[in-house]
Amino acid sequence: MTVAALFFYVFASICVASAVMVIASRNPVHSVLFLILAFVNAAGLFVLMGAEFLAMILVIVYVGAVAVLFLFVVMMLDVDFTALRQGFLNYLPVGGLVGVVFFGELVAMLMVGAGALAPGAAKAITDPIPPLADVTNTEALGLVLYTRYAYYFQAAGVVLLVAMIGAIVLTLRHKPHVKRQNIADQVARTKATAIKIRRVKPGQGI
Amino acid sequence: MASLWTDYIWPLLVIVAQSVLLLVVLLVAIAYVLYADRKIWAAVQLRRGPNVVGPWGLLQSFADLLKFILKEPIIPAGANKGVFLLAPLVSCGLALAAWAVIPVDAGWVISDINVGVLYIFAISSLGVYGIIMGGWASNSKYPFLAALRSAAQMVSYEVSIGFVMITVLLCAGSLNLGDIVEAQASSGLGRLLGAPWLTMLNWYWIPLFPMFVIFFISALAETNRPPFDLVEAESELVAGFMVEYGSTPYMLFMLGEYVAIATMCAMTTILFLGGWLPPLAVAPFTWVPGIVWFTLKVLLVFFMFALVKAFVPRYRYDQLMRLGWKVFLPISLAMVAIVAGVLQLTGWAPAPQ
Repeated sequence: MTVAALFFYVFASICVASAVMVIASRNPVHSVLFLILAFVNAAGLFVLMGAEFLAMILVIVYVGAVAVLFLFVVMMLDVDFTALRQGFLNYLPVGGLVGVVFFGELVAMLMVGAGALAPGAAKAITDPIPPLADVTNTEALGLVLYTRYAYYFQAAGVVLLVAMIGAIVLTLRHKPHVKRQNIADQVARTKATAIKIRRVKPGQGI
Repeated sequence: MASLWTDYIWPLLVIVAQSVLLLVVLLVAIAYVLYADRKIWAAVQLRRGPNVVGPWGLLQSFADLLKFILKEPIIPAGANKGVFLLAPLVSCGLALAAWAVIPVDAGWVISDINVGVLYIFAISSLGVYGIIMGGWASNSKYPFLAALRSAAQMVSYEVSIGFVMITVLLCAGSLNLGDIVEAQASSGLGRLLGAPWLTMLNWYWIPLFPMFVIFFISALAETNRPPFDLVEAESELVAGFMVEYGSTPYMLFMLGEYVAIATMCAMTTILFLGGWLPPLAVAPFTWVPGIVWFTLKVLLVFFMFALVKAFVPRYRYDQLMRLGWKVFLPISLAMVAIVAGVLQLTGWAPAPQ
C-alpha cells in the first residue's frame, strides 16, 4: 500500500507541475510537450485507481492522436514569443476565475450534488454492478456501455461523425489545375484506348 | 523487517533481474537482426554484405556500436538542446518499454496485464513523438519535413492496425496477449477438419488472412520500413529527421527503430501465428520449448520484413495516404463488422469468462 501511495504522489506532483509548466513555459512547443507529460501522468493515476482501460484509452486517444495534432499546429505556426508573453498577465485573472469556478463546481458536485442529483450514485460507487471482483474493468465497461448506454454511445458516435463530415465539407477544395491520379482509370487503360497507330508519310509529319 | 524484505525488496529484485535479462537478450538479438537485415538485403542484390569484422562479419553490429559510442555527439547551434537530446531517448525508451508485456512463452512475461494489446497500441502510438521532437528540435528544413510526414503517416496507419487488433480481440475474447495465444491453441480450423493435432491451422492467420496481410503492411508503415520509409527517404530528405544527429543519439534512434520492428514482428506472431505454440501438436514438435517456436516465428516474420525492404521500391507520399485511408480503412472496418456478425450468428464467439 505504501508503494501505491508513493507512486500516487510521484504521478500527482509531476502532473500538477507539468500542468503549471503548460501555461508558464515560454515556448508553445514546450507547452504541448508538458501537456503530453501531464496526460501520461494522469494515465498513471488511472492505473493506480485500477482503471487500466481508461488509462490506456487516455494515452491512445489524447497522447497518440489529439496531442499530435496540437503539436502539428503549434510547430507550423510562426509565433512571436515575446508578443505572446505580453498578454500573459492580462489573461491571468480571467483564466484564474474560470479555474476557480471549475474547481468550486467540482468540489460542490463531490460534496453535495452527487447525493441530491443522482440518488443511486453513492450506492453505485460503493457497490458497483457487476461486482469488480468478478470481472476486469474493461469487461465491466463493455457490459454496461453496449447494453444500458447503447443509445448514448450511438448518439456520441453520430455527433463525432457529423463533426468529421462538417470539417471535411468546410475544408475540401478542388483546384482546377491540380493534376489528380485516378488509379481505377489507370488500371482500366488498355492498348486500344492508350495508343493509336498512324501511317506517317516520309517528310510530312502528322 | 522480514515483511519489508518479502513484500517489497525481493519482488523488486526479481522484477529488475527479469527485466535486465530480457533487455540483454533482446539487445543482443537486435544486433544480429540488424546484421541479418543487411545480409539478406545484400544477398538479394548479389552482394556479400558485412563480412570483415569477425567470422562472416558476425561482430559487425558490435563494431558499429563501438564506433557510434566513441564519436563526439554534435548538437547544432540553432537546435533546441533539451528536446534535441530527449527525442532519441523517448524513441528508444518507448520501443523497449513495449517488451514488458510481450509473452515469449507460456507465463514468461514481465508484466501480465489485462490490457496488453491496448498497452502495445498506446506505446506504438507514442513512438511518433521521438520523430516529431527530433525533427522539430533540429531546427532544419529536411528534419522538419520528415517530422510532418511521419506524424501523418503513423497516425494514418495506426487506424487500420487498431481495427485489425479489434478483429483478433473479437475472436479471442480477451485483451491479454497470453490469452490471445491460448485461444489459438485448441479451437479453430484444425479441429473443425477433425485434425486437432494440426495446430498450425488453428492460428488466426487462416480465418483472418486479409487482416494478416493488412497488419503486415501497416506494420511496415508504422515502423517506417521500406517501402514506406518516407520519413527518412534519402533520395528526397537526405536522412529525414536524423539529418542533424550523429554518434550515440543517432544510434539510439536506429536502436529504437529496430526494437519497434522486433515488437511488430512479435505482435504479428502473437496475434496471427500462435505465439509460442508448436506448429504441429505431435511428439517431436511438442518437446521443443515454446520460446524456441516464438523466436523462430518472429525471425520468419522479420525475414519477410527484410525481403520487402530489398524487393519493393519506395511509395510516393500521396499513394501511401491513399493506401491507408481509401483501401485499408474500409476493408478493415468492413471486416470488423463481418467477423463480429459471423461470430454472433454461428455461435463461435468466445463465452464471457
